[in-house]
Amino acid sequence: MSRRRSYVRKRYWNKPEMGWWERAYLFEVVRGLRITGGVFLANLWKWMTGRKGALTAYYPEEIRADYAAHNRGKHILTQRPDGRPQCIACNMCATVCPAQCIEIDAAFDPDDAAHPKYPSRFEIDYSRCVFCGFCVEACPEDAIRMLKETPALPGFDRGRMWLTQDELLNWQPRQDVAKPYPVAGRNPPGDAP
Amino acid sequence: MSPDLAVSLVYIAYAFAVLLTFGAVLTWVERKQAAIMSDRIGANRAYLRIPFTQVKLVWWGLFHGMADGLKLLLKEDFKPDAYDRLAYALGPWLAFAPVMLVFAVIPFGGTLDPGLLFPSLADWFGGRTYPMQIAPLDAGLLVVFAFAGISIIGAMLAGWSSANKFSLLGALRAGSQLISYELVMGLTVLGLILIFGTVDLVSIVEQQSGTVLGFLPAWGIVYQPFAAILFMVAAIAENKRIPFDLPEAESELISGYFTEYSAMKQGMFMLSEFIEIAIIAALFTTLFLGGYNLPWMTDAGFVLPGGQLFAMSHGWVVVIQLLTFLTKVLLLCSFQILVRWTLPRFRWDQLLTFAWRFLLPLAVANLVVTAVAVWAFT
Repeated sequence: MSRRRSYVRKRYWNKPEMGWWERAYLFEVVRGLRITGGVFLANLWKWMTGRKGALTAYYPEEIRADYAAHNRGKHILTQRPDGRPQCIACNMCATVCPAQCIEIDAAFDPDDAAHPKYPSRFEIDYSRCVFCGFCVEACPEDAIRMLKETPALPGFDRGRMWLTQDELLNWQPRQDVAKPYPVAGRNPPGDAP
Repeated sequence: MSPDLAVSLVYIAYAFAVLLTFGAVLTWVERKQAAIMSDRIGANRAYLRIPFTQVKLVWWGLFHGMADGLKLLLKEDFKPDAYDRLAYALGPWLAFAPVMLVFAVIPFGGTLDPGLLFPSLADWFGGRTYPMQIAPLDAGLLVVFAFAGISIIGAMLAGWSSANKFSLLGALRAGSQLISYELVMGLTVLGLILIFGTVDLVSIVEQQSGTVLGFLPAWGIVYQPFAAILFMVAAIAENKRIPFDLPEAESELISGYFTEYSAMKQGMFMLSEFIEIAIIAALFTTLFLGGYNLPWMTDAGFVLPGGQLFAMSHGWVVVIQLLTFLTKVLLLCSFQILVRWTLPRFRWDQLLTFAWRFLLPLAVANLVVTAVAVWAFT
């Protein structure tokens, strides 16, 4: 049977120890003022000589260069070699979208036997998009992607925050290099005739 | 209209213009300086558009203060349910008016001779001269402390009348803090009164126009460097700004004694605080930095240490004196903002200990040493 030990107050190893210099307070205040004042003057000199004296980026005007390569930013639609959207208007992305912000109108094109269904309207409401990237994962055709650049989101009007099909296709046109297409009547290699 | 009245009206208009401009501009200076100190950009989006054009004047965000003022004026004036009507309405005014009144006794320039400036009116003025001070009172410095004392009542009334525990706590803190630091402030200034032998601020500034040891300007800070530091510390505490902002500590008391105020009533507390920055700077300039005096400058022009004289006309002397005073005040305002954005807040017991156990003994010691020195040398 163990005897109860009397309570001993725990001594903390990081008990603050200040010398008389710190406790006099005013000297340390002067040291602090020198640091902040120095930063102030240095930055002020930068501004006055026409440079930027701040780490802040001007948000909508200035696009930061240091986004991660995998950043889920602005959406694009990939193109076929002839410049038409690779999208087949299957509505998978619009179905999976948790914010329900993708709107697709499908249309029929009898001239393109391989891909008769195409989107006549493909728009994303950026006032509702949550940038989850589900649309990219759901797409069976690799037709929608997200680039690392962020879209110009701020605006004064919700109606103007829609990303149009034209901008989706042509802002930074990309083609799906992993999926070759028949060019001028020739089948791609490995594809049985 | 008598010439005295005309000159007084011009002085009063100048004082109002200067103080309100300082109050408005300091909100911008505070934001911008804080931003630059911490590697940020600061307010830069508000603009004025020139009508019928697309020219937008941004001017480094100078118009943010305007937008804020407009917002405060247009907001709903919300009042709490249980409050003391009279005291609640009086609070902001009692905090605001004394601050403005203090400037009445501060000399913001040398002696004005309007007959020299406007020769066509020389007969009307009859050769009279006026010190550039709204109220030429012999008891100048005492009046300053009297008005500073009234502003305590404003804070306490506001806190008590709004029937809110946070407000009441803020008012209690404001009362004890202001009384403690008022004492320190008075004791630091006593040494200066001993040296200059007067409490008349015009006379105090005039005595600072010469030189000591042949080259140093005879400013109060040269005679009383220690008192200058103590005065500055006590004055910042009087203004209830960080590191002494316990009466309105956001993290503890929401906004302290003006928690229940909204719209322009709250705006008046804010404005009075910003004007008080300028007032403190003006007081410090007057007492310790020679007021409107530049080193080696007299009413006739510059006198270099060698005895060489650069003569200037009366108009130029007046303009230079006004500008000197404003520049000193602006630099000191900037210094106060630097302090505010550098130091963390005191704990409440530390605040009172600092006043009573540290500043007060030092102020008394300074006073005793000064008294002995004055007694020995005169």
